[in-house]
Amino acid sequence: MPTYNLMINGNAQSVDVAADTPLLWVLRDHLEMVGTKYGCGIGQCGSCTVHVDGNATRSCLLQVSQLDGKSIKTIEGLSDDGSHPVQVAWKEVDVPQCGYCQAGQIMTATAFLENNSNPSTDDIKNAMQGNICRCASYKRIEAAVVNAAEKMG
Amino acid sequence: MLIGFNLFTACKPKAEMPIDISKLSYNDFNAFIKISDEGMVTIFAPNPEIGQGVKTSMPMLIAEELDVPWKHVNVVQGKLDTNNYTRQIAGGSQSIRFGWEPLRQTGATARQMLVNAAAAKWGVDPSECTASQGVITNAAGETMGYGAVVKEAAVLEVPENIGLKDPKDFKIIGTDAQNVDIDKIISGKPLFGLDYKEEGMLYASVLRPPAFGKVLESFDATEAKAMPGVVDVITIGEKARDLLNGEGANWTVRLSDTDKVVVIANSTWEAMKAKKAIKAVWKDSSTLESTDFQDKQLLGLLDGKEFNTLRKDGDVSKAFASADQILERTYESPFLPHNCMEPMNFYANVTDQKIHLVGPIQTPEHSAAAVASMLGRDVEDIELEMTRMGGGFGRRLYSDFVTEAAEISDAIRKPVKMVSSREDDMTTGVYRPAIKYRIKASIKNGEISGYHLKEAAINSNMYGLIPNFFPAGTLENYQVDVAKYDSNISTGAWRAPYTNFLSFAEQSFFDELAEVLDKDPVQMRLDLLQKVKDTDDERIEYSGQRMEDVINLVVEKSGLRTPKDGVYQGFCAYYCHNTHIAEVADVVIENNQPVVKKVTVAVDCGVVVNPLGALNQIEGGVIDGIGHSMYGNLTFKEGMPESNNYNTYRLIRMNEAPVVETHFVKNTLSPTGLGEPTLPPAGAAIAIAINKATGNRLYQQPFIQQLNKKELVG
Repeated sequence: MPTYNLMINGNAQSVDVAADTPLLWVLRDHLEMVGTKYGCGIGQCGSCTVHVDGNATRSCLLQVSQLDGKSIKTIEGLSDDGSHPVQVAWKEVDVPQCGYCQAGQIMTATAFLENNSNPSTDDIKNAMQGNICRCASYKRIEAAVVNAAEKMG
Repeated sequence: MLIGFNLFTACKPKAEMPIDISKLSYNDFNAFIKISDEGMVTIFAPNPEIGQGVKTSMPMLIAEELDVPWKHVNVVQGKLDTNNYTRQIAGGSQSIRFGWEPLRQTGATARQMLVNAAAAKWGVDPSECTASQGVITNAAGETMGYGAVVKEAAVLEVPENIGLKDPKDFKIIGTDAQNVDIDKIISGKPLFGLDYKEEGMLYASVLRPPAFGKVLESFDATEAKAMPGVVDVITIGEKARDLLNGEGANWTVRLSDTDKVVVIANSTWEAMKAKKAIKAVWKDSSTLESTDFQDKQLLGLLDGKEFNTLRKDGDVSKAFASADQILERTYESPFLPHNCMEPMNFYANVTDQKIHLVGPIQTPEHSAAAVASMLGRDVEDIELEMTRMGGGFGRRLYSDFVTEAAEISDAIRKPVKMVSSREDDMTTGVYRPAIKYRIKASIKNGEISGYHLKEAAINSNMYGLIPNFFPAGTLENYQVDVAKYDSNISTGAWRAPYTNFLSFAEQSFFDELAEVLDKDPVQMRLDLLQKVKDTDDERIEYSGQRMEDVINLVVEKSGLRTPKDGVYQGFCAYYCHNTHIAEVADVVIENNQPVVKKVTVAVDCGVVVNPLGALNQIEGGVIDGIGHSMYGNLTFKEGMPESNNYNTYRLIRMNEAPVVETHFVKNTLSPTGLGEPTLPPAGAAIAIAINKATGNRLYQQPFIQQLNKKELVG
């Protein structure tokens, strides 16, 4: 099996996996980073969202062989201690119900806020509508994004 | 009584404050409580956590009476432990209702034992001592922390009938507590079943029949076996099939009727990928049902005469015979998959010595019993740990995925995790069954003189309490009849079973009745409710007064009596899962389509244990109710589900979620649950508001189909 060298959360990691293995499963099964969640496998739910070169990307659709030279950030790399403003906002608002989709929500929100520091409600809804929350904690996600925008602004 | 002593383990950590309370060594106090020498407390959450918040709220009940600062509490999920815990189940919105007395009693008893131990040390009578916030104080003003006496307290005789606090003295109950797992959730720490891993664990992907009514005939796994990471390809099914005829059958599903092909691999992806390379031949074993076929069956039942009567007051036939006017409407709903964001999965390690099971399950006790029965083992051989669950919604009441994991591990004698793909999850589910209601009411002299509800459902009918919900007790002539069609499609409980659709049907019908009677829909409900306020009918669980209270509250808060131009409001009130709810939906027309902007909710759930969590449940329930009423739809073609992932199955998304404004009726009555009861009224409230906005009544879910068909405005 080929070896792939990945840059994840600033650390060089190497894995021996098939070329078509999605980044999602490399993270979860090979690198023991389970914060990135499997939800649908077809890029429809957003649970597996990570940042690739700063852009929110569905890790379930990203094959490991496409990642040479890319910088990957996962929920585990957002901060060492949960102190990233988006994480803090999520905590202050107490967003989660089951919590399963929230890492993906946080990663989508973080990438979005890095490019839009003063979003309108419509901007937030448009940015976040690709992430499903089956518990429908949407109003708190929205409130947390507003809260985080203030912190980051 | 829930107290049960474990042997305590003495330990003397030297940590200084402030400290990481999860890293301390604790002295076992009882099955619920450990206290460290420093007075920090671990409380075990007994019930499974599916997102309904009981891992936070149930320990709050213990901590309240134990009287410790909530910030000193570290919550740990309890394992399945039938010796020490009762009702370790997540279902029916009942955890808080049933836990209210015993969990507070557990805390109060422990507090009294700590006081007794401190009193003994001081050589004073316990009645001269008080305990508050983890500190015991005697008459002389001397103090002692709980941690200083926990070892002595834990071995004292367990006192009985300890008095509980007056609600006005609550320090924790009624205050906002954050989700106890919040730090792990926001930082991506392992928490869910899918995150669980053991040394040497393999992954299993199960190939199940592509259609209900088909079973495995043969398969060729040559290609799959040659793929990278594949350890083996086996079949399972025989043991689960035997279980269907024995103990635990109620907790399995019809998919167990067939053999299944299982790919065992070194990783999830390798297992899922190899499964696609298996060439399986399936044969028909029973009818391959399609949605139009099922619709005909259900409508045939409604048109027929074969019903079970669940409640009969007076004589509806006579009322209909002498009516001035009759209103009859039929309401229709589709199958729904649960779509938990975390697909079904479970870890099993079956050895000769024991069976270790770990994963997301709402019914650990039943699951352990099913596995024991299936494998011919003692239930004492089983250690079952519940992980946090990525949603439940009823799907994880059924243990089919637990028995699958156990059957696989039993066959290969290795630790293994069965993981379903999203497609597996959606196409081999235990669905909310399609149901149709026909409601008929007679009108005589401007009043409702008779009311007859008929249910035609797939596989199972409404449970016995439901016919006693509103309007039962308010009408002289009232009858509820049910009939079912036995399908080979697996069906089961789905968040607020039956009422999730019945509420829409009945409340829509009442709104239409009010229109026909030229009555105010709110006043019509209030007038009817007067008749149950002093009822002596013991079957009636709902309270006319509490229903009236939520109705008045929602009317006041929603501005229903002061309409705004362009805002169309739909009112409904409902009781289920022991909680009284009224909702008003605000709909506006945008781009020629009705859009739900806001839902005002009035809730009477008694004492609100954790307002922060309660509001989350209420908002989620309302938006979930709207989403599934608007979009939820699983159809079948020749036994095969026609959607298998979110590209073809629509769930509500953030841009479609309205504002939810919640108001509680403030009282000190025993609390009831919130996981389900706000969902059922939501579909009704928006349908009624959409009718106001467009002039069109909705009779079928999902609403989007009807809305898309019609030129609604103008």
